[in-house]
Amino acid sequence: MGFSLFTPLSWNDAPFILQGILNTVYISIVAIVIGTILGAIVGFIRAESNKIVNMLIGSVLDILRSVPLIIQLILFTTYVGVMGYPMDPFVAGSIILSLYTMAFMSEVFRAGFESVLPSMRTAARSLGMTYWQTVRYIRLPIGLRAVFTSWLGVALAVIKDSALVSVIGYMELLRTSEQLISRSQQPLEILIGVGIFYFIISYPLSLYGKHVERKMKV
Amino acid sequence: MDYQYHWNIVFDKMPELMSASFVTLHVSVLSMLLGIVIAVFLALGKMSDIKILNYLSGTWIEIARNTPALFQIYMAYFGLGAFGIHLSPYVAVLSALVFINAGYLAETFRGGFESIPKTQYSASKSLGMNQVQVYRYIILPQMFRKIYHPMTNQFVWAILMSSLGILVGMSELSGETQRLQSLSFRTLEFFIVAAVIYYIITKFVLLSSDLIAKKIFKGDM
Repeated sequence: MGFSLFTPLSWNDAPFILQGILNTVYISIVAIVIGTILGAIVGFIRAESNKIVNMLIGSVLDILRSVPLIIQLILFTTYVGVMGYPMDPFVAGSIILSLYTMAFMSEVFRAGFESVLPSMRTAARSLGMTYWQTVRYIRLPIGLRAVFTSWLGVALAVIKDSALVSVIGYMELLRTSEQLISRSQQPLEILIGVGIFYFIISYPLSLYGKHVERKMKV
Repeated sequence: MDYQYHWNIVFDKMPELMSASFVTLHVSVLSMLLGIVIAVFLALGKMSDIKILNYLSGTWIEIARNTPALFQIYMAYFGLGAFGIHLSPYVAVLSALVFINAGYLAETFRGGFESIPKTQYSASKSLGMNQVQVYRYIILPQMFRKIYHPMTNQFVWAILMSSLGILVGMSELSGETQRLQSLSFRTLEFFIVAAVIYYIITKFVLLSSDLIAKKIFKGDM
């Protein structure tokens, strides 16, 4: 009697795959939103503060950028586990991915805030604006427009890096596909599907980024 | 909390971690060198007027830039198996990194090349330089200055991403850390040490790249 431990891929797997896709999208959005907010705050603080404060913040961000994301994820989950507060993979993954995003976003926003020349700020102040009004009406709109493409670049990188959260057990797309591969033994079909998914999300956005960049140059 | 750190176990394994760090460096340097060579051809292909070359290098570049590194590694390690090609973890990680490095660097090279105004080319020609001289003395030095920092960043990226070797059982720094911690169950200590080693490696690379830049560009950056 023919008996196989492996069952090929079928339509019954669709909900499982869809769940993986949704989880990837979900954690990416969470990390991008939180990372952007934190990054904007930290970037603003760095653009405004003196050298010593800057160096302190910079050295912390430096660690986030110089240690591989995968090590950060493992380290964080192990640490909270050992300390007696085991965390859901989604929560742990979101925290680390958001901080990682923040580290890159803060540089983007800092560059944006610094791209508004001091003379322009002084001009705004001399028109009778308060400090926060210059931030709200001059520096934010001009600074943010200048860094939009870099922001998009970081956001795209985060979508791709979110695949790494699979190592701590979050069922995002790549981990879903890995499980399907070990059941169906059809790595090529599944992986190509996964690749196409990432590509259709990432490619149009990167084209859009290039388009905006070209438009702003003129 | 009452967690007892046991650092001795980690320090006993330091020689293993050091040789694993060497593997990490090794794979990332090699992926850069091969990546640069391929990237030159991809950039030339992308800029050429021959449609098929243009299309092929465009496809390579876009796939490399728009899919996760982990996906590339899985593709090399599991996916190629469908064609009967079974790569060792080292070769799988190396080829994935080369594939991605080539894609990113090709765009860097193309950007660097296109940023040099065409008028410089005609100007040097009118001074009596031949093709080789124009590239050797005018175009390439300026281009190199433009692509130096993006290349350094790509190298750091390759070092960090080689850590994905942990997922296919490669014995670079992360994979070896994983193996050693599973023997002793001192997960936290081992990964802290691994993080520190990665930090030192990256810092070392960035600092030495800055020093080299100061030396060769002599301050007019």
